[in-house]
Amino acid sequence: MKTETRSEQFIPHSLLGNLLRKLHIDIPLLICLLLVLSLSFLILYSASGQDTDILIRQATRMLIAFVLMIVLAHINPYQFKRYSTVLYGIGVTLLVAVLIMGQIGKGAQRWLDLGFFRFQPSEMLKITAPMMIAWYLSENTLPPKWKQMGIAGLLLLLPTLLIAKQPDLGTSILVFSSGAAVIFFAGLSWRFIFSIGAIIASLTPIIWHFMRDYQRARVLTFLDPEADPLGRGYHIIQSKIAIGSGGIYGKGWQGSTQAPLDFLPESSTDFIFAVFAEEFGLSGCLVLIALYIVIISRCLYISIQAQDSYSRLLAGSLSFTFFVYVFVNIGMVIGILPVVGVPLPLISYGGTSMVTLLAGFGILMSIHTHKKFLPT
Amino acid sequence: MHGFSTRKKKDEPETDFTVRRKVLLVFMLGAMGLLAVRAFDLQVLRKQFLKQQGDMRHVSAVSVSAYRGMILDRNGEPLAISSPVQSIWVNPQELADAEPAAIGQMEKLLDLPDRKIKNLIVPGTKRRFAYVKRRINPHLAAQVKALDVPGVYFEREFKRYYPAGPVSAHLVGFTNVDDVGQEGIELAYDAVLRGTAGSKRVIRDGKRQIIGDVEAISAPIDGRNVQLSIDERIQYLAYRELQAAVLEHRAKAAALVVLDAKTGEVLADANHPAFNPNTRTHLKGSAFRNRAITDVFEPGSTVKPFVIAAALDGGYIKPDLKIETNGTYRIGRNVVRDVHNYGTLDLTHVLKKSSNVATSIVALEMPPDYFWGIYNQLGFGNAAGIGFPGEASGSVLDYQRWNQFAQATLSFGYGMNASVLQLARAYTALADNGLLHSVSLLKRDRDPEAKRVFSAKTAQLIRTMLEQVVLKDGTAYQARVDGYRVAGKTGTAKKAGEGGYKEKKYLSIFVGMAPASDPRVVIAVMVDEPSAGAYYGGAVAGPVFSKVMAGALRILDVAPDQEETMPVLISKTPDLVAQ
Repeated sequence: MKTETRSEQFIPHSLLGNLLRKLHIDIPLLICLLLVLSLSFLILYSASGQDTDILIRQATRMLIAFVLMIVLAHINPYQFKRYSTVLYGIGVTLLVAVLIMGQIGKGAQRWLDLGFFRFQPSEMLKITAPMMIAWYLSENTLPPKWKQMGIAGLLLLLPTLLIAKQPDLGTSILVFSSGAAVIFFAGLSWRFIFSIGAIIASLTPIIWHFMRDYQRARVLTFLDPEADPLGRGYHIIQSKIAIGSGGIYGKGWQGSTQAPLDFLPESSTDFIFAVFAEEFGLSGCLVLIALYIVIISRCLYISIQAQDSYSRLLAGSLSFTFFVYVFVNIGMVIGILPVVGVPLPLISYGGTSMVTLLAGFGILMSIHTHKKFLPT
Repeated sequence: MHGFSTRKKKDEPETDFTVRRKVLLVFMLGAMGLLAVRAFDLQVLRKQFLKQQGDMRHVSAVSVSAYRGMILDRNGEPLAISSPVQSIWVNPQELADAEPAAIGQMEKLLDLPDRKIKNLIVPGTKRRFAYVKRRINPHLAAQVKALDVPGVYFEREFKRYYPAGPVSAHLVGFTNVDDVGQEGIELAYDAVLRGTAGSKRVIRDGKRQIIGDVEAISAPIDGRNVQLSIDERIQYLAYRELQAAVLEHRAKAAALVVLDAKTGEVLADANHPAFNPNTRTHLKGSAFRNRAITDVFEPGSTVKPFVIAAALDGGYIKPDLKIETNGTYRIGRNVVRDVHNYGTLDLTHVLKKSSNVATSIVALEMPPDYFWGIYNQLGFGNAAGIGFPGEASGSVLDYQRWNQFAQATLSFGYGMNASVLQLARAYTALADNGLLHSVSLLKRDRDPEAKRVFSAKTAQLIRTMLEQVVLKDGTAYQARVDGYRVAGKTGTAKKAGEGGYKEKKYLSIFVGMAPASDPRVVIAVMVDEPSAGAYYGGAVAGPVFSKVMAGALRILDVAPDQEETMPVLISKTPDLVAQ
């Protein structure tokens, strides 16, 4: 059946527009993505100390991720739904495998070395966990009953805890929020949400007890980074200095000092926002945040336009996960959230998160461009 | 951009999903707003503070070490120079990340004991600084730098190098590892040599490495050079001959001073035992002593010419005086003895034979205060004021506590002590026709402080008498210098120790000047405890005097005043014309 949606009348019916639609690409999303990715190139060049090797490597990854995005955009959402369980199963199995290898190797083990390709199974779960939960809940009537909620919760907690055990707090937070978003959109009762909030508040001391030392250290550092300026508070202080010295208009492209002088750690990965803020100032930060808001809004729009509950739940979840990505990273760099290892989406140097993120956008595009014509 | 708030399908109901989406959207926008507010807080409200914090971290002032001045000899030859070197230090905390193999390689390169650096790595250490090796040559430092070990840092310093090595070590002294003078001229003139460290503002990176200069705050003021009166060629000769004599006579120590008789400048100051200031580990402090300046001894017979001169100048004796010696001279319960009974001596032979009896008789002709006054004027008992650390002043018993015997023994150099420098200085009064010179370690053209002690006539007369000493039948024939008339006096003092004077422990001394017709150079030589048989001043110190004097006169281009012995000099000792 030919796909033609009424809701996309704002796209000019130009030759290019038609072409892109045939390619199953969502124009507004694509434009925003390209804008953010170009900012990424600009700031990476600066943060890496004019290292073109890094740019070339990042460009290669982006290309791979883009191809994956377009491939996924061409797959009918029905297929995602169909393979949700399988993909989830593979993901969880790999997590267990990685954990066992980690036990043998004595130490943190997140990577699966496939020889030609190093792969982080936890990344996969950012997409497959919400797929699984969306599949499970959409197979039943919505809103779900308590029992189904419970099962969905277990399906979510399994990978979350496996990843937290690696230990990789940042990814486990992202996986958890992606699944939680599905459950929320599926119709988790408000009363339940508020009581869970109350329970979590009271459980905090117990969670504290089970946290690993370095995780506790991160929380303590967050609460009072100045107490250990040369040790655990170093990241935060240096990044606040970088952001603050940017001022309203910034020091200009390649004008930052904190990163090139090696004061700011992780300046091309997790803390790249600090470099961005130092060079482009408050105005640049607001532009970037605005771009992120537009992307999130577009994703949410796509979710509301989705035709079946599976697609709707998955799209909503992917939008929310992207938001969590942005918020946790910038919040951490800017000093209002604890330091957890979450990169700045689409901007930080690194291939894995780039691939997962663009895969997510590919699924969103697929959802948006594979609609069946519905008679009104 | 077209967002979520687009037109609703006409009859779409407000579903649960839409409500949730809106709630979430509000939440997300709120969160993003929070980020924006925080960015505003940091970038606008707290900008000044944070910017200043940033500058504090990467801009700092460092001191720029000033170049330490050189120590030069009178002809501008360097005796101490500073050359740039590298010092290596480590941050033990950062060193923990280094490859153990690379650290091992570094230890090997720097020739350090195994694990010396590795042992600095202690888990949880608070230490951030430890010198590993200081003052290595830049080439070696570059090799270590190439290993690229994290936590290893380099610092430019200056290393003091002494081109003359042990030759002028006692005089020049040395600096410590922080470039501060510790001994000798390095200590005495530290303030002049040191200069003032400057400072500059630099950019440092996160590893505290300096990566660029911003501006100079104050330029370092380089230390000034110090030009000594020393002539390196004479110094070398003196050092060499002194070492040779010490070896030949199996002596304990020795010291020698060469003075310019006209200006009081010290032309050479050699000592044994010596040390190499460039590699001075495992050395005893005694080797560092500049004995010629800091150590005193009883000058023995070398003071006899002053006694005769004083008596002549004071009119207490006549130049044609004849003295009957008889070999012994009783003063109260004490007896003064000569080595042989010389019979009746004129003044010339009193000095030529070095008769204790005759000088005692002459000394007792003078009132104690006058005799003491002459010694005092000659500088005995007062430091020469040369400005050298640890300079000795020696002592002479006060005349109010003298008895006759004490006065007699002082006439042949016992009951008093002086340094080699003081003794040489006293002889300038004879050399420069009665003018006693102040002494100086710095180069100068003339002596502004020369003072008359003897009349010119007396001084010349004594010189003529002293020329007899180096004749064939004198006490120091070995001190003669071919081609030049030499005037000098031997001294052989028994060493005083606990419980009185020691048998068979002697100081062999010779002090003299040349050319005797118009002396240009005064040399005093002291050899401590020669133990190879000979111990008379003429036999032990005399030859050293002869060789150094011969060389010094040629180096200073002094015209011979005894033509008949010239050809011999040229054919026999060409090697004395050093360098």
